[in-house]
Amino acid sequence: MSESKKFLYVNRKAPYGTVYALESLEVVLIGAAFEQDVQLLFVDDGVFQIVKGQDTKGIEMKNFSPTYSALGDYEVTKMYVSKESLEERGLTVDDLMPLTYEDEDDDWAEKDSIILVNKDEIAALMEEQDVVLSF
Amino acid sequence: MLHTVNKSPFEKNSLVSCLEHAADGSAILLIEDGVYGALNGSAVADKVKSVMGKSTIYALGPDLDARGIADKIMDGIKVVDYAGFVDLACENDKVQAWL
Repeated sequence: MSESKKFLYVNRKAPYGTVYALESLEVVLIGAAFEQDVQLLFVDDGVFQIVKGQDTKGIEMKNFSPTYSALGDYEVTKMYVSKESLEERGLTVDDLMPLTYEDEDDDWAEKDSIILVNKDEIAALMEEQDVVLSF
Repeated sequence: MLHTVNKSPFEKNSLVSCLEHAADGSAILLIEDGVYGALNGSAVADKVKSVMGKSTIYALGPDLDARGIADKIMDGIKVVDYAGFVDLACENDKVQAWL
C-alpha cells in the first residue's frame, strides 16, 4: 500500500449560506476512505459548522452537522478549532458539538477530537502538512 | 424602510455598512448568514446594540434554528418567521438588501 500523506482541511465558511462546508465534508470522507492522515481545522466562520443544536427543518436544507460526529469512526480524530475565532463570535467550546473518537491503542477509550489552537499553533499546523485543502 | 442583511458580519462588512447607513426608525432584518450578527457577545454585538432603540432589529427564526444559535442572541432582537418577513416587506415602502 502506498504511503499516507498528512492532509489538512481548512474550513473557513459558515454552513448553509454557501456550499463550501458541505463540499469540504464530502472531500474529507474521500480522504479518509483512501486511508490518508486526515485532520480538520475550523477557523474564522468555519467554527460555525460545528455549533451544536443545528435544526434545518425551517429552511428545508439538509442538516449535515451529525456527519462531524461520525468522523471519529473514519479515523478522523483531530479537529482543530481556532480559539480566537470562537472568541470573536461570542462562542466557547461548550457551544460546539461533542466530537469524540475511540482510541484503538488505548482499549477503545472515548477521547475528545476537538483541539483548541491559537494563531501560532495554526501557523505551525499548516507548515507540517503534506497537503492543505481550502474550503 | 426595510433593510435586509444576508452575509456573515465576520466575513463581509454588509451588516456594519447597513447599521451605519440606516435612518432612524428603520427595520433591519437579518437573514441567512446575516443572522450571525445577532450573536450575543460577538465582536459586532456592540455595534448592533448601538442601533437598537433607534431602529428595530429582526432576525429570521428558521435561519437561527438552522445554525443552532436561537438561544445565543442578544436581548432586544425580534425573531420573526417567514410570514413575519412578508409582513415587514409589505409594511415598509422600500427594501434595501445589503448583499
